[in-house]
Amino acid sequence: MKIVLQNLTKKFPGRSKKSPGEVIAVNDFTFEIPDGKLIGLLGPSGCGKSTALNLICGLQKPTSGKIFFGEDDVTDLPPEYRGVGLVFQNYALYPHLTVLKNITFPLENLRGADRLSKEEMEKKALEAAKLVQLEGLMDRRPSELSGGQQQRVAIARALVKTPRVLLLDEPLSNLDARLRLQTREEIRRIQRQTGVTTIFVTHDQEEAMSISDMIVVMKEGVVQQIGKPQEVYDEPVNLFVARFLGTPPINIFRGRVSGSRLCIGEESVLPLQNIPDQEVTVGIRPEGFLLQKDGPLTCRLTRVEVMGRDVSVVSTHPCSENVSIRSIINAETKVDPDAQNVCFALKPHKLYLFHPRTGERIPFTAG
Amino acid sequence: MDNKNTKGWLYLLPAFLFLGAFLIYPLIDVFVYSFEEGYNSASQTFSGTGLYNYSYVLHDPYFLRAVQNTLILVVITVPLSTGLALLISVALSSVKPLRDLFQTIYFLPYVTNTLAVGLVFMILFKKTAYSDGLVNLLIQGFGGNSVDFIGGPYWAKMFVLCFYTVWVVMPFKILILTSALASVNPIYYNAARVDGTPKWRIFTKITLPMISPMIFYLVITGFIGAFKAYSDAVALFGTDLNAAEMNTIVGYVYDMLYGNSGGYPSYASAAAIILFSIVLTITCINLLVSRKHVHY
Amino acid sequence: MDRTKDYLKIEKRARTGRLISNIVIYTLLALWGLIVLFPFYWMLLTSVKSYGSYNAEHVPSFITLSPTLQNYVDAFTTVSLGKYLLNTLIFTLSTTAVMLVVITLAAFAFARLDFKGKNLVFTLFLSLMMIPNELVVITNFTTITNLGMRNTFLGLILPSVTSVFYIYLLKENFAQIPDELYYAAKVDGTSDLRYLRRVMIPICRPTLITIIILKIIECWNSYVWPRLITDNPDYYLVSNGIQEIRENGFGRENIPAMMAAVVVISVPLIVLFLVFRRKVMAGVARGGTKG
Repeated sequence: MKIVLQNLTKKFPGRSKKSPGEVIAVNDFTFEIPDGKLIGLLGPSGCGKSTALNLICGLQKPTSGKIFFGEDDVTDLPPEYRGVGLVFQNYALYPHLTVLKNITFPLENLRGADRLSKEEMEKKALEAAKLVQLEGLMDRRPSELSGGQQQRVAIARALVKTPRVLLLDEPLSNLDARLRLQTREEIRRIQRQTGVTTIFVTHDQEEAMSISDMIVVMKEGVVQQIGKPQEVYDEPVNLFVARFLGTPPINIFRGRVSGSRLCIGEESVLPLQNIPDQEVTVGIRPEGFLLQKDGPLTCRLTRVEVMGRDVSVVSTHPCSENVSIRSIINAETKVDPDAQNVCFALKPHKLYLFHPRTGERIPFTAG
Repeated sequence: MDNKNTKGWLYLLPAFLFLGAFLIYPLIDVFVYSFEEGYNSASQTFSGTGLYNYSYVLHDPYFLRAVQNTLILVVITVPLSTGLALLISVALSSVKPLRDLFQTIYFLPYVTNTLAVGLVFMILFKKTAYSDGLVNLLIQGFGGNSVDFIGGPYWAKMFVLCFYTVWVVMPFKILILTSALASVNPIYYNAARVDGTPKWRIFTKITLPMISPMIFYLVITGFIGAFKAYSDAVALFGTDLNAAEMNTIVGYVYDMLYGNSGGYPSYASAAAIILFSIVLTITCINLLVSRKHVHY
Repeated sequence: MDRTKDYLKIEKRARTGRLISNIVIYTLLALWGLIVLFPFYWMLLTSVKSYGSYNAEHVPSFITLSPTLQNYVDAFTTVSLGKYLLNTLIFTLSTTAVMLVVITLAAFAFARLDFKGKNLVFTLFLSLMMIPNELVVITNFTTITNLGMRNTFLGLILPSVTSVFYIYLLKENFAQIPDELYYAAKVDGTSDLRYLRRVMIPICRPTLITIIILKIIECWNSYVWPRLITDNPDYYLVSNGIQEIRENGFGRENIPAMMAAVVVISVPLIVLFLVFRRKVMAGVARGGTKG
C-alpha cells in the first residue's frame, strides 16, 4: 500500500491564555511513501513527528491537506476504517487481558462477512505470535512480561488483522540499550517478512538510519529532508540535518570563503571553485579529518581516545562552534598524545558549507 | 530514651482519651448491654444475662418491618444509584463543553442538609387539602391517578424514600466514577479505536474492567450506607417512623434508645448488633465476589 | 472510484452518529441536572411566595410575579431560626477547632516521633475506622446522660472531636515531608512543637483545609447525635430545628415560611462549596462518604 501525504498541515489552538497563538505541529507535509517500505520519521522531540503519525492513523484530523492510502482518499475517515496497525510508545496493552486476548482483541471487532470463528482467531493470533516469537507466553498478563516481550505483543496485536499500514510510535524508547539493538533488527525482519508498509517514529537517528529504507527528518513541524539514510547523511540539505545525523556529531566551524579558498581562522584549509566570497558555516564529519604533519588545519590537542579499530582525537580550535572537535582516524595512524597541536587535512566530500544565517547548504566544487 | 517514649504518647493522649471514651469503651459496652436482661435505665440495674434482648427484638413486628424496609431500600437503591451514576459519569466523561458546570450541579446534593431538602421533597410529593402537590399534578397531566406519596400507600412511600435516597447518594458516586474514568489512560481508547472497536465493546471490555475496583468500592460503601439509612426517612416522613410504616433498622435503634418508645438501651444494642452482623456478612460476601471479578 | 464513494458514506455515517450520540448525552445530562436543581428551585420559589398566594394555588405556578421577603422575616421571628443557626455555628466551629488540635498532635506523633509500640498502635488505630457510629452511639448517649451533659454544648461536641480517618489522612501527608527538614530544624535547636507549627502545618495546609471543609459539612448536617442529646430547643442545631419547625413551627401549613428556613439553612454550605469547589470535590473523592 502506497501512502501519499499532500500538503498535510495540523494546527493546534494555543494551550493557555498567555500564549493565544496557534501551534503548527505539522506544516505542509508532502510525501509519497512507496509500497512495502520501512520509513523512519526522525526529529527531536516536539518536531511534530508523532502528530504526523496520528494524522496518518486517523486519531487526529489534519487542519488542511490530504492523505491517500493507495488511490483512496482517507483524510476524513475515522481510524477504525483505515486498516492501520498502531504500536504505541508504551504499548497500550490491556492490563486485564492475557497476551492471547490482547492479540485477538482486534479480531473480535470484525463483524459481518469478516467475522471469524474462535478457532480462526486463535490460529491467526498464534501466527502473529510466532512471527514475533512469543508462542510460549500466550497465557501471561502484560504485567508478567519484560519490556521487550510487551513490545512484541504490541506488534503482534497490530499485525494480527493484517493492516495495510503498520505504524510504530517510538517503538524502542522504553527498552534498554541491548534490547534496543535486538528489537530493531526484529522490527526490520518482521517488516521484510510481512512486506507491510511501515512507518515508525523516533528521535534516535542511529535507530532510524540503521533499519529504514527511507528517513524523513523533521524540525518544528517542517520536513527538512527525505531520502535514503546514506544519502541524507552524505548530502544534508541544511545545517540542522547535518547536525542531527551522525554519531559522533558533525563538527561546526565559523569560516570564510575568500579568493576561492576556504579559510578557518587564519588558515586556508581547502581550495574551492565556483563560489563567491562570503562568510560560511563549515561542517566537517568526524571521519572527514586526515592526520597530516603539514595539514592546513591546526588544532590544540586535548586528548586521544583509543577505541580499538579507530582512534578518536579530541581537540579544540578557536573558530569551532562546539566545545571540542572530535575526529575519527584510523588506528594505524600514530598520534602522539603529548603533542601540543595536531594538524589535519580535510576530505572535501565530508565537508559541507552552510549559510551562516539560514543554515542552507551552499554547493561548491572542490578545486 | 524514656523521655522520647513519653513524648510520643503525650502527643497521642488527647486522641486516645476521646477514642477510648467514645469509641472503644462504647464498642465493648454495647455487647454488654445487649446481653443484660431487664435493664432499667432509671436505676441502672439489670435482672440477668442472656439472649432475651435478641429474641425480643427479632420478634418485635416494628423491627421486622424496619428490616423489611431497609432490605427493600438496599436492594433497590444500591444497584439503581450505581448504575445511574455510571451512566451519567460515562456521559459526562465523553463530552467537554459544560462538563464543569454539570459536575458542579451534580455535586450540590452532597453539601445540602438532608433534613432540609427532604422537606422540599415532601412538599413536592405530598397531597394536601389545598393541592395535590406537583408530582401528582404531573401524574394527572399524563392521565394517571394521583396518590399521596407521603401519607398514602406503602409502595408510594417506599418509592419516594428510594427516590430521595438515590438523589442524595448520587453526587458521591458520580464524583468517584468520573475520577475513575478520567484515570483510565486514553491510549487504551486510542488503541481500541485504531482496531475498530465498537463503542459498546470498548466500554465493556476496556472501561468497565479498568474501573471495576471503584465500582465495587461504591457497591460496598453503598450497601453499608443504605443499611444505615435513617435521616432520609425522617426528612420525608417525620420522626415517628413506626407510625408511618417507614422505619429503618437504624431508626428502630434510635427509637428504642430515645423518643416516644425509648428507654431501652438493651434492645437498642441488640438491634444494632444484629444490623452490623448483617452488614458485615454482606460486606464479606461482596469482598469475596469482588476478588473473583475485579481485575488486578 | 467506488471505494471513495464508500468512504464518503462511512464518513457521513460517522458524523451523524457522533451528532446523535451528542444529542442523547446532553439530553441525559440536562435531565439529571434538572432533577438535581429542581428541588432547589422549588424551595427558592416557594420561599418568596406569600402565604396567601401559595395556598390559593391549587396548581402551583412555576414563577411568581410578586415575590415577598416576608417569609424570611417570619422564619427569624416566629421560630428561633437565628438561635438554631448560632448554635450550629458554635457547634461546628468548636468541634472543628478541637478536632484539628487533637488530630494534628496525633498525626504528628505517628508521622514524626519515635516511640515504643508506635506501629502496633497505629495498626490498632486503623482498625478503629471499621467501627460504625451506630454501634457506639448507644453507650455514648448513656455516658453523656450520666455525666449530666445533655442539652449542653460540651455534650454535643465531645464525641465528635476525633476522627481516625482524618488522623490517617494527615499522617500520610506529614510523612511525605522529607526527614532532612526535621533534622535541619533540630540542628537549629527547634523544639518539636515549634517545628510542627512552623514547618509541618504550613506545608500541609491544603490537606488541613480539605479536612476542615469536610468536617464543617459533616457538622452542619449532623442530625442523629444532636437529636439524641438535646430536647431543649435552646440547644437545637439546624437539622433538629428544621424538624421542630416542621412538626410544631409555623403551624403545619405555612410552607413558604418553612421553605424560607430551608433556604437559610442550605445557603451557607452551598456558598462554601461554590467557593472551594475543587477542594471539596477532591477531598470527598479522597475518602468522604455521606453521613
